[in-house]
Amino acid sequence: MTEVALAEVAFLPVDQYLHPLLPMIWFSVVLFCLTMYVALDGFDFGIGILYATRTDEDDRETLLSAFGPIWDANEVWIVAFGTTLLAAFPPVYSRLLSDHYLLSLAIVIALIFRGVAPELREHRDNDQWKRTCDRLFVAGSTLAPILLGALVGSWVFASGMLGVPSLLTSLVVVCLSVTSGAAFLAMKTQGRLRVEVRRYGIAATVAYLLAVAALLSVVFTDDSASVRDQLLAAPAPEIIGLTVVISVVGVLLARHDRARLWFGSTLTLSGLLGSLVAVLLFPTIYPAGGYTIEETIVSPLALNLVTVLGLPVLVFVLWYFKFLYGVFQGPIEEGGYGH
Amino acid sequence: MGVALSSVVAFLPPELGSRLQFGWTISVHILFASLSIGLAPFIVYFTWKDVHQGDERYARLREFWVSIFAIGFVMGTVTGIPMSFQFGTNFPVFSEVAGELIGGPLAFEAKMAFFLEAVFLGVLLFGRERVSDRTYVLSSVLVGIGAWLSGFWILVVNAWMQTPQGFELVERNGRTIAQLTDPVAAFLTPRFPWMFTHMMNAAVIAVALGVAGISAYFLWTNRDAVEWATALRLAIVILLISAPFQAIHGDAYARHVENTQPQKFAAMEAHYDTGQADLHLIAIPANPDALLDPRAENLWTISLPGVGSYLASGGDADAEILGLNEYEESPPVALVFWAFRFMVGLGFLFIGLALWGGTLLWRGSLTESDRFLEAMMLASPLGFVAMLTGWYVTEIGRQPWVIQGILQTDEAVSTSLTSGEVTITLVGFVVLYLALIGAFVYVLASLVESEQSRLTDHESGHDSVWESLPVVGSDD
Repeated sequence: MTEVALAEVAFLPVDQYLHPLLPMIWFSVVLFCLTMYVALDGFDFGIGILYATRTDEDDRETLLSAFGPIWDANEVWIVAFGTTLLAAFPPVYSRLLSDHYLLSLAIVIALIFRGVAPELREHRDNDQWKRTCDRLFVAGSTLAPILLGALVGSWVFASGMLGVPSLLTSLVVVCLSVTSGAAFLAMKTQGRLRVEVRRYGIAATVAYLLAVAALLSVVFTDDSASVRDQLLAAPAPEIIGLTVVISVVGVLLARHDRARLWFGSTLTLSGLLGSLVAVLLFPTIYPAGGYTIEETIVSPLALNLVTVLGLPVLVFVLWYFKFLYGVFQGPIEEGGYGH
Repeated sequence: MGVALSSVVAFLPPELGSRLQFGWTISVHILFASLSIGLAPFIVYFTWKDVHQGDERYARLREFWVSIFAIGFVMGTVTGIPMSFQFGTNFPVFSEVAGELIGGPLAFEAKMAFFLEAVFLGVLLFGRERVSDRTYVLSSVLVGIGAWLSGFWILVVNAWMQTPQGFELVERNGRTIAQLTDPVAAFLTPRFPWMFTHMMNAAVIAVALGVAGISAYFLWTNRDAVEWATALRLAIVILLISAPFQAIHGDAYARHVENTQPQKFAAMEAHYDTGQADLHLIAIPANPDALLDPRAENLWTISLPGVGSYLASGGDADAEILGLNEYEESPPVALVFWAFRFMVGLGFLFIGLALWGGTLLWRGSLTESDRFLEAMMLASPLGFVAMLTGWYVTEIGRQPWVIQGILQTDEAVSTSLTSGEVTITLVGFVVLYLALIGAFVYVLASLVESEQSRLTDHESGHDSVWESLPVVGSDD
């Protein structure tokens, strides 16, 4: 089929983007997928980290029941992020992953432990077996956000995986994960357990604000990442201000036991963090290679195609995520959801 | 030992390490992915029968197989994420060159298929009491559609790499890349219908054999397990259709490969000199020194003269077939040759088993023959073996190309990757995935064991094999 024939069949322009802003939109879609991943699998990580504070078997099973029906769907957002990056910005996908070879593969290995351990745990009624699975679950859940944070930090600030900004980004992601994990568990638990997770959540929120402050002051004072201008110009100060406000609101909601709203506020914090990443990157998309959005976006036909086929599907995905969370809303009854 | 190991490490170049790692990780992933694909129709059927007919037999079958589907899906997810990373970590040049062609389908796989499967599996596993009957059955259908759609998009990518079209090569940022010019041609390549049909049917065969083997085991120990007689009957009927179909389809598929990738076909047949091709039943290097060389040329063979030409051309025993000597670089012929023979041999074995089962079924004595039940138990993992050998023919047979005729595998590898890095991750993936397979087998065994103890009546069958295997399940 020739180009002309195809354009007639599919109504897709071959030599221009459907809209001039389409490359910008896909830059946002890529970061949206990453933000969804940090927001949703982030609270799974938080559950896994808070799991370490539980010694009582009933508490542990409650946490695993909260995690059970949704974690796998949440985890798919990282695949959505990776493949969307490949579909829209192939050179960025290639550089990001090959520049961070060991780090990227360490993330997937941490995710393997996190995903498999709770699944294996229930298949054997043996204390030592359960303890081993528990340790692997906690280790995977803790390492994944640390490593993911280092990858994102190194990406945004071109600081290498062991640079100070990367390590502080790790801390930011871990604190956010614990905050949202606690908020999610507050919706899912009752009684003493709920009181305790709220306390952890409030502490994690404070730690989150401190970590964000530390990260921003480091990248602001030592401007090797050259983000100082972006941090001073709108809308960065507004995003940072909103982060503080939402955090404070979140703490108040936690104290007043408004679990659903509190959880909503932690998702908002993830959204703000994703927006901040977008603002700090723009108009480049991979600072270490000096790549801009314009240079690395795929050709018009390829982008028009993923727009027409992919974007409407994303709306569907959000809709059935809402359905999934609706099915499993409310506190966990004794004995979990059954299997 | 230490010396040997360090010399292996020193000589594991990034290209070889990357290829071994990708080959190993995708081999393990594909087992779990095809378990989902093959099991999905069974799950839909059992769920529908259970919910709409309230038949106790199907409730039990649904519960059992959904548990296996669940652990398989978790394994498929955690082994699938490394796949979506390794295009970038190990083969960034490939990703950059082919991004416009493969990125779209891979992104569609995640957005259209993977999400669908993961979200509704949550409902299928934990939501029986929380959603209506209709929503519950619909969830099982959506999980199945997700699994099949996932296979669709992944095979769109792989088929394009075999018979690439719908693009033009352009210069961008100092690199020659493939720019999409025709999505319809790029997605529906000549290879795609062949590959999709063959792979999906292979997954159905593999799972049908697995279902038959496990059902046979329960019947072998307990002749009155009516639900398992139902499952065995279903599996045999499916095999009676799918196994012969795979052979007929495979024969035509091989002719298509001869037309579109003659070098791969020549490797499958160890055919070196252009001209009439014999069908080698056996081919081993005539010179013992070459025994360990997968590309060895000087072969000792037992052959059927002209049959290779006959099969490749669809009836002409004198048809000229291009030989490997036409090409500068050939794939590892021995691996491709033997993988192909294992696959075909197993395929005929499956047809034989299906006919045997069909005959017993017709006589109404399917559950009575010990020998048949034992044969099905032994054959239960072989469908997966056949599928892997088939993929080795496809993927190793395509070498030295990663995109046929466009990009060689050695050019596609990361230039910044070191031997040390790739060795660390390769060893890590080998150890970890072996543990995953072990864990899966363990869970499967414990599910079988608890079903075994539920089927309490042992009068008419054999004792459980677990009792003679103290290693499994004796510690609790």
